[in-house]
Amino acid sequence: MIVQKTVRFLDERLRITGFSKKTLRRVFPDHWSFLLGEIALYLFLILIGTGIFLTFFFSPSAREVIYSGSYTPLRGVHMSQAYESLLDISFEVRSGLVMRQIHHWAALLFLAVLVVHMLRVFFTGAFRKPRELNWIVGLTLLTLGLLAGFSGYSLPDDLLSGTGLRIGYSVALSIPVVGTWLAFLVFGGEFPFGNIISRLYVIHILLIPGAIGLLLGLHLAMVWRQKHTQFPGPMRTEQKIVGTRMWPTYAVKAGALFFLTASTVTLLAGLFQINPVWIYGPFDPARVSAGAQPDWYLGWLEGALRLMPAWEVRAFGFTIPNPFFPGLLIPGLTFNILYAWPWIEAKFTKDTAPHNLLNRPRDVPVRTALGVAGLSFYTVLFVAGGNDVIAGLFNLPLERVTQGLQVMAFALPLVAGIATHRICKELKGRPPKTGDEPGHVIVRTADGSYETAEPEKV
Amino acid sequence: MNEIKGEDQAVRRIALAFGVSTLAGLALALVYILGGNVQAEGVLLALSLGGLGYGLAEWAGKLMSQGAEVGDYEDAPPPGAEEEVAGVVSEGWEASFGRRKFLFRMLGAAAGAMGLALVFPIRSLGPSPGTSLLRTAWRKGSRMVREDGQLVKATDLAVEGVLTVFPEGQTDQADSQTLLIRVDPDQLNSPDGREDWTTEDGLIAYSKICTHAGCPVGLYRVATHDLFCPCHQSTFDVLDGAKPIAGPATRALPQLPIEVDEDGYIVAKDDFSEPVGPAWWDMNR
Ligand code: FES
Repeated sequence: MIVQKTVRFLDERLRITGFSKKTLRRVFPDHWSFLLGEIALYLFLILIGTGIFLTFFFSPSAREVIYSGSYTPLRGVHMSQAYESLLDISFEVRSGLVMRQIHHWAALLFLAVLVVHMLRVFFTGAFRKPRELNWIVGLTLLTLGLLAGFSGYSLPDDLLSGTGLRIGYSVALSIPVVGTWLAFLVFGGEFPFGNIISRLYVIHILLIPGAIGLLLGLHLAMVWRQKHTQFPGPMRTEQKIVGTRMWPTYAVKAGALFFLTASTVTLLAGLFQINPVWIYGPFDPARVSAGAQPDWYLGWLEGALRLMPAWEVRAFGFTIPNPFFPGLLIPGLTFNILYAWPWIEAKFTKDTAPHNLLNRPRDVPVRTALGVAGLSFYTVLFVAGGNDVIAGLFNLPLERVTQGLQVMAFALPLVAGIATHRICKELKGRPPKTGDEPGHVIVRTADGSYETAEPEKV
Repeated sequence: MNEIKGEDQAVRRIALAFGVSTLAGLALALVYILGGNVQAEGVLLALSLGGLGYGLAEWAGKLMSQGAEVGDYEDAPPPGAEEEVAGVVSEGWEASFGRRKFLFRMLGAAAGAMGLALVFPIRSLGPSPGTSLLRTAWRKGSRMVREDGQLVKATDLAVEGVLTVFPEGQTDQADSQTLLIRVDPDQLNSPDGREDWTTEDGLIAYSKICTHAGCPVGLYRVATHDLFCPCHQSTFDVLDGAKPIAGPATRALPQLPIEVDEDGYIVAKDDFSEPVGPAWWDMNR
């Protein structure tokens, strides 16, 4: 038997039997929301795969060339080699465009799934002891994901990405005391920074994916060690975990999920164009593309920059410029609060016990209300990132839209938070509808009408 | 009986899914050979991956044993285990470093010095900011050119006309990009001390770099005589010293003093009076 032989070969050298026996018999709890992290992992693999293909053709060079490829509207135009190679990937390399679009779509979904995954962990209290460390690793993965996205869409050296870099540089410049030095060291000098593309390239294809890979390994190792949390239910306790065995059912399901994830991404990539850089044209520091919007996951920062009133700190001849507050203070506070959350919450609840069973969000009204309030704040910021689109769509004056959103940024979290708290209190303690418990049965009576009956009576 | 029928149907569905996947995979190869097409590639890939995914999910869900297995969570550590480990660590520490305080401090000094030395290469990543942010390429007497290098004459612009200009020979200096606008001189309300920064026939020049976050201020709206930055919608009043009137910008666009030389070309009388572009910590020092 080939299986037996392989196992023997490995065991005689690496002693694998004890570990593998445990692994194969491991039990994973079943719930759709536990698949989010897994989907993120698969999207990361897809990003690596398509990314490697793209590196074979992309040239991260700012050297100026004159385009002579097959996309006629840009023939004869001066552009950087980076932008030219991107046009080549899109028009010359066979199946290059589909790879590019898969890469970009996978990135958009990767961040979306990461955010939803984080929300799941937050609202169900999965971050509580003993899993605080993994919450920290997870948040760092999200931060790295955001940086990966930004560095990635800045690479093509088209008009849109140049605008994003320009704003990023200005935000760095706005940091008190160290801003100018930091901006000059990170971007390699004053705008329009000669070799930023090659620098971003190394960051995007080596540093960030390397860091993500390492932390992902750590993230999974900790899940492995601590085992997955589960929702309360029959037989499920803080000591006993109920679910599906690793081999074969769970493993095959995981494989299926990978293929289904990949299938979704490729369908999107085939049918929906993404980031058509040939329409934006090459970067030109004196031009700006109208209605420039970043990828969705940076929309909240774009919105914060737009909603910030014309206000800054000036004292003793020093300035803390306007972009510092929306561009750095808001994301800085956001992530610091998130990082500290497990400890903040434990301080208020005085709960130091380890938890393997999850909360249903309704059972912890304060956390859920705060979470919803925060979420609605970022949603307003996100919407504000497209305030010009809204103004155009509803034919409203732009300034009114902005003012309305400024008010909403404070009002909506308040209203949503209070409402959530009320609703949770209302629902608290009610048993969930799982389909496990006996329900009502509709029976036909002798005279031909219908009535509901308890199942026992039937 | 029913179960067997259900299984039969599942087997049929799974086989169909794998069949579709196989065909899609072969078709994908064909599309590639024929030259490729992004829509066809995307859809066929989706079918080939999706067929596999659906088939496997169905297989695991219908033909394999389901859930309700029980496992254990990790037990809490036995009492005393932590103290034991901590004891081993501090014992070892005391026996080695703790007894030799002087050597340990020297070790710290060496490690610290090495750490410091390793920080220095970061300095190579960029030039010193120095005064580079305070100045642009404009000098007294710089003639204005368009982006393509062509010299600008005072007669080139009609009223309400607008042009992006650079100092002659410096069209690659992004921080020097300037907007030259012709307005009706009677409407113009120059701030004190800037009365002679414009030409008699209403030519006025402002930095094109938004003072908010540095985007090029792309849009001149003739009806309201304002400059609009598309990035975060800062708006500057052209007739009133380019002061910000809407949006997040807090500073006016710096103005370039200009005049017409004897050949009819427009020249700068000096560099911008203030630093252009976004603000920083000690820009006013
Ligand atoms: S860069 Fe002009 S408004 Fe922000």
